[in-house]
Amino acid sequence: MKLKHGAVITEPGNSENYETGGWRTFKPVVDASKCTGCGICWMFCPEPAIKKGKPPVYNYKYCKGCGICANECPVKAITMKGRDEK
Amino acid sequence: MKQVMDGNEAAALAAKLARVKVISAYPITPQTTVVEKLADYVSNGDLDAEFIKVESEHSAMSACIGAAATGVRTFTATSSQGLMLMSEMLYAAAGLRLPIVMTNANRSLSAPLSIWCDQQDSMAVRDSGWIQFYCENNQEILDTTLQAFKISQELLLPVMVCYDGYILSHTVEPVDCPEQTEVDAFLPKHNYPYSLDPEKPVSMGAVGVPEYYMEFRYLLQKAVRNSKSKIIEVDREFKKRFGRGYGIMEKYHSDDAEVIMLTMGSLSSSAKDLVDLLRKRGEKVGLVKLKSFRPFPNEEIVSALSHAKAVAVLEKDISLGHAGGLYLDTAASFVNIEHTPLMINFICGLGGRDVTSSQLEQAVREAKNAAETGKVGERVRWLGLQEKLVEEASG
Repeated sequence: MKLKHGAVITEPGNSENYETGGWRTFKPVVDASKCTGCGICWMFCPEPAIKKGKPPVYNYKYCKGCGICANECPVKAITMKGRDEK
Repeated sequence: MKQVMDGNEAAALAAKLARVKVISAYPITPQTTVVEKLADYVSNGDLDAEFIKVESEHSAMSACIGAAATGVRTFTATSSQGLMLMSEMLYAAAGLRLPIVMTNANRSLSAPLSIWCDQQDSMAVRDSGWIQFYCENNQEILDTTLQAFKISQELLLPVMVCYDGYILSHTVEPVDCPEQTEVDAFLPKHNYPYSLDPEKPVSMGAVGVPEYYMEFRYLLQKAVRNSKSKIIEVDREFKKRFGRGYGIMEKYHSDDAEVIMLTMGSLSSSAKDLVDLLRKRGEKVGLVKLKSFRPFPNEEIVSALSHAKAVAVLEKDISLGHAGGLYLDTAASFVNIEHTPLMINFICGLGGRDVTSSQLEQAVREAKNAAETGKVGERVRWLGLQEKLVEEASG
């Protein structure tokens, strides 16, 4: 990335270049046996980190670990796990 | 053509001659007549500009930031508490690398409330990333402000032109005013590379995450440090066109001087008179008048002062709890330098206290005495202080 004077961003829509996955402390893990494939996690994810499916597929380059998906999941199929948790 | 005008009019005229497109300001003493004059120019049709009236200096600088981001030449003026209220946005303007020119009529800071002159206001924002110039007389205000527009737009840095409130802002002097055509030839059309334009969208004011913030700070520091060569280049060109130049500093009988006074602003004129007087008596006294405080020209300061036996740093500001800002930066410039003169800091003229020739002479005597005896004593001394009142209050 070439830095511009005054941190001006001259390419619109370049936020994909910023991999927010580095912020993550807790990681969402899906229990495929509970997932109904409703897509609510995909709909609520604030980053392009979830690909809709049964079960959904996470792109951990962008997943900040915000936990919104786990909070919204109607069947509690998603749990936020720390680094050492199984 | 020579005209008689006060310092504020000289600042306003410079902005007019630079054909500023946006002025946003809030009135504050002693700056007020700068923007009053500009408002006259705009309402009379003498200047084709937008005058944005705001409710505070914070908003004035914010409006200037927005205006400069659209790629037009932008100007404001302030003083004292106004500058303090702006300070948050001063850092933003510099961090965004926006070319904005501001004149600051130097005034003291409250409390106690004082509308009179000293340089504590601009000294308090010296770390903001703005280039800072200090002027000695009204001619220099006009010339420096014109130069500031060129430096600012070529380096993408905001520039603050400081001059002493009342002593210059409200004192009339003859000022040689250049013709519009001459200024047009000197000042190229304003050009800002990232102008806000729906056809070419950009984002400004993005978050500087820890992965990048330091690099942006480093780049800003480098830009302000390196601006010295551009300042000199623009001043040379100005001198070629208009016959007047100021450099980054002025050396007045200092090359062979044993005692040198170091000053900024209108104090320099009084100091020059004293140098003339003492030289007539055969004393080797000189003056260095610093014009550019940011960037601080360390190498030039060292080469101008290192041969002296003693330097009296005279200034109208104080970093409370330590010493004057000019003294601190001058002393820091001599770290790791072999030939270092004795340096004494004289705090003077705060809150409009007159700095008399006898006070300046006292400073020279004290510096000379320190050099002769090799004893510096108090490094920070206050000139013209009413000792009795201070003692009573402390007792």
